[in-house]
Amino acid sequence: MSLYHLQKFLYELNRDDSVKEKYHSDLDALLSQFDLSAEENNALREGDIGLLYVLGVNGQILMHFAALLGIEWFDYLEMMREGINKYGSVRAGVYAMTGGGESYTAEGKEQ
Amino acid sequence: MSLVYAGVLSHAPGITGRADLVKNTEKRDEFYAALDKQRQEIEDSGAEALIVIAAEHFANFFMNNMPAYCIGIGNRYEGPIEDPAWLKIDKTDVPGSPDLATRLTKEVMKTVDTAYAEEWKFDHGIMIPLNFLTPRYDMPIIPVNINCQGPPLTPLNRAWEFGAALRRACDSVPEKVALVGTGGISHWPATPDSGKINEPWDREFLDSLMNQDKEALLRYTDEETYNEAGQGGFEIRTYIAAAAAAKGKGELQFYTGELPIFAVGCTVAKFSISG
Repeated sequence: MSLYHLQKFLYELNRDDSVKEKYHSDLDALLSQFDLSAEENNALREGDIGLLYVLGVNGQILMHFAALLGIEWFDYLEMMREGINKYGSVRAGVYAMTGGGESYTAEGKEQ
Repeated sequence: MSLVYAGVLSHAPGITGRADLVKNTEKRDEFYAALDKQRQEIEDSGAEALIVIAAEHFANFFMNNMPAYCIGIGNRYEGPIEDPAWLKIDKTDVPGSPDLATRLTKEVMKTVDTAYAEEWKFDHGIMIPLNFLTPRYDMPIIPVNINCQGPPLTPLNRAWEFGAALRRACDSVPEKVALVGTGGISHWPATPDSGKINEPWDREFLDSLMNQDKEALLRYTDEETYNEAGQGGFEIRTYIAAAAAAKGKGELQFYTGELPIFAVGCTVAKFSISG
């Protein structure tokens, strides 16, 4: 039940192909190795990028996880904005949203 | 003197990963041309190995045991850790330089307590520079990391001293060594604010960097940087270390804040190597 363990799980997943295999073949066994809260467990199982962002997962770790899930770039940015709207401000870490939710890229505004 | 080239460049994953989404293709291609010129300059220097001072993003180091500084002394490396389709860089092996890297590490250790690692997986922070600077992956690479992600972070004056120690180390070996620092200046990567760039802040920093204004460079506090340049601004440590290694003034060869889809002010610069 800690942001540390939540990020540790994603760190291991992002960098290690054998962990990625377990993620797909036996997620329960993999998750049981980490001290996660029910909220964190559910966020990981559901790929809830918005909640993971609000919980304070470092953006670099979360970005790689979103890529692993096959989420397109501008969808990923939007999921974080939706997370803020649904769950409130980022609770920890240094990756808080500071721009009020606007898009800073012309390409993103067009989508 | 065996340091034969020193420069800096950006490394944001969008530089390759979102290349095909860019509307301002003219500016994108100018940036790519500047990176290719940097490749040519490194090749022309006769460098036998390339040190990449990077700010990695949890590919190797985590808060269970986070080194402020680490030098790779492995025989080979692999990357990227990211989905190759997302980064648009294929997974590959990269040669290391264990003997040279070990000698450099020993010399650095005389003044800076750096960690070292024989295993190292490259993320976009190193793969983007290599994609442009050593596209055939045939130059031995010595990865170097400064922790810019997991606070508490090393103070800027220590990053400067680390760069100076790397320079002394390079000067202690007979091989010709090139060195690049790679990081972002102001940016808010991997947040909804991605694409936000504080160009005046960037230009002021780069002006100090090119002029070797050590006092100005070391005056930034992390609190000020976070407020004005985002958490991505913590990566100025890699640029500061590169400047300290070079000692000579710099030439800003390319900068633009007009490619926000790359989520960073895109930068290419080189330093003169001064005694």
